[in-house]
Amino acid sequence: MSEAPSPTPVAQIPVTVLTGYLGAGKTTLLNRILSEPHGKRYAVIVNEFGEIGIDNDLIVESDEEIYEMNNGCVCCTVRGDLIRVVEGLMRRPGRFDAIIVETTGLADPVPVAQTFFMDEDVRAKTRLDAVVALVDALHLPARLKDSREAEDQIAFADVVILNKTDLVTPEQLEAIERTVRAINPSARIHRTERAAIPLDAVLDRGAFDLSRALDNDPHFLDHDHPDHVCTPDCDHDHHHHHHHGHDHGHDHHGHSHHDHAAPAAIHDSTIESISLRGGPLNPKRFFPWIEKITQLDGPNILRLKGIIAFEGDADRYIIQGIHMIVEGDHQRAWKDDEKRESRIVFIGRDLDREKLERTFLACQA
Amino acid sequence: MPTVAPIDLDDHCLAAAFLEDVPVFALASGQVVRLDHGTHRHELHDGLLATAITWDGKSLISGGEDGKVMRLDADGTETTLRPSGRKWMGAVATGPQGAVAFAEGRTATVLLADGTERTFEEARTIEGLAFAPKGLRLAMTRYNGVSLVFVHGSAPAIDFEWKGAHNQVMFSPDGRFLVTAMQENALHGWKLDGKPGGEQRHMRMTGYPAKVKSLSWSNKGKWLASSGAPSAIVWPFSGKDGPMGKGPLELGQRADTMVTCVACHPLEDLVAIGFGDGMVLAVRFADSKEALLRRPGKGPVTALAWNRSGRLLAFGSQAGDCGVVDIAG
Repeated sequence: MSEAPSPTPVAQIPVTVLTGYLGAGKTTLLNRILSEPHGKRYAVIVNEFGEIGIDNDLIVESDEEIYEMNNGCVCCTVRGDLIRVVEGLMRRPGRFDAIIVETTGLADPVPVAQTFFMDEDVRAKTRLDAVVALVDALHLPARLKDSREAEDQIAFADVVILNKTDLVTPEQLEAIERTVRAINPSARIHRTERAAIPLDAVLDRGAFDLSRALDNDPHFLDHDHPDHVCTPDCDHDHHHHHHHGHDHGHDHHGHSHHDHAAPAAIHDSTIESISLRGGPLNPKRFFPWIEKITQLDGPNILRLKGIIAFEGDADRYIIQGIHMIVEGDHQRAWKDDEKRESRIVFIGRDLDREKLERTFLACQA
Repeated sequence: MPTVAPIDLDDHCLAAAFLEDVPVFALASGQVVRLDHGTHRHELHDGLLATAITWDGKSLISGGEDGKVMRLDADGTETTLRPSGRKWMGAVATGPQGAVAFAEGRTATVLLADGTERTFEEARTIEGLAFAPKGLRLAMTRYNGVSLVFVHGSAPAIDFEWKGAHNQVMFSPDGRFLVTAMQENALHGWKLDGKPGGEQRHMRMTGYPAKVKSLSWSNKGKWLASSGAPSAIVWPFSGKDGPMGKGPLELGQRADTMVTCVACHPLEDLVAIGFGDGMVLAVRFADSKEALLRRPGKGPVTALAWNRSGRLLAFGSQAGDCGVVDIAG
């Protein structure tokens, strides 16, 4: 049998995945999303109807079903119930503009996200917009001690909402933000009380669309770097209303740069992030390398994101992955004033920093 | 020459069927349209998910997003078999002696003609249901296989295990084989006439470039036609080991689109094939001879059904451009 002809492109419905431990404020945020007059209609997929319920919106209850794909890869998991529900919802388009998936507190976000890449029908009709993790600032240190899921949710997020900030001291909050940043250097972090956040910071972000994430934030993947100086087009939360400043590792507030890769004091994390930089790469070395790395170490890699400069290529190449799934594409031409370098971040467990760095640098042209 | 009587229903058509000789089209909105001396619209559900035709050919059973199970008879009579509930009613099946089965989440219910009811619980979500052709036995697909339960008595379920997620399930008309369509691009089958307690006999049917969503057994079960490729993939089941060691027929191959729906003729060895561009062909197994039944339309063909004599073919599409083909003109 021959290969499938490519399907005709259709407008894809954005999907926001909302993760967070029990009590972190998911329901509060969801109720705000559903009740504020933003003119958009949402279909919400929940595990239990709980306290959510706005008559005008479409709420679907579904039993979380994690399916391993039958391809011999243990990390290739999808949410079977989402496949079914999304397929059903998409048969009646026009009822909603976007989909929100609320996960249970203990849920692993990976199968949810992978569903939107691995199932061909779901992938054709929807696009993963962002994975948003709500974090309870007061209870995070305890959660990180007793649960791997809390850590996974942060590691996997595109947007982290540090909620209930009124319950901790500014110093505690700083420490917590450092912890979050140590687990996930590439996420946007917002600080909130009662999940009060402008909804456009959460919805329709295009965060999983790396090319759009880069347009929104030209210094994406740069936040941990001492060279990074914030500019007005730098779309991360600066917390200027907090007089204690922010801790993104930006030098311009005068506080010293600290190493984000080093775990913070309260961070009992088993997750680490490895940021690598190099010069322009040789694509003939890079592609076999990334394929091999993700095949071998895929189970340990939660997320990877990168901007790659290829030798002799006028365009930036962007790449991202979940476990063994890797996607890449050309984004736009390098600007004259941009340094042509390659940057890649791995977030995961038991990663071999030395090997990753050595083999990555060996891809240089 | 075949003639086409089109009807534009402007909604995703989930299933087409003939109730006696009345064509009906089940739409995703929950409306079922019945063409009986005029167009009759039945609002059965808020969102329709699954349908099955009763074995006497007189009624359509449907399950919906509203949790309801409904029966629509050829004369337009509507009966509520299960009132609305919280969960989606994602699978329905019909069986011998007027039996109906439906599943929501991890629970399946069998409703017999005399009104008695029996429920079966599974550890994982039930994705598909099918009654065996003989005896009151119900197959339920779930993660990593199929559970076969006996509606009467207390005999334990028979588990047919195969790793992965199984969606649709069907018995061959002679009851010798059980076949599922999987989440991956494959079918899986089990041979049922082995010795009790003997090793399970598996049939792997793979090589599809897309997920298989449509399956149809030919008259007497000699062939199983399937979608999921640029041609209809038709597996031979006449031998005692089914398609094992044999290749499938590949009928009606197109270069630029995929087969999205298949329906075998009730009497002849030929299959109606619906494509992603809305075209419908009839292709004979013996010599692969093709006849055009319908030109491309507005959307992928999602429903095909022959009437009992095999002269009329009802078709429906994702875009709602539906119709009835009279193959004798």
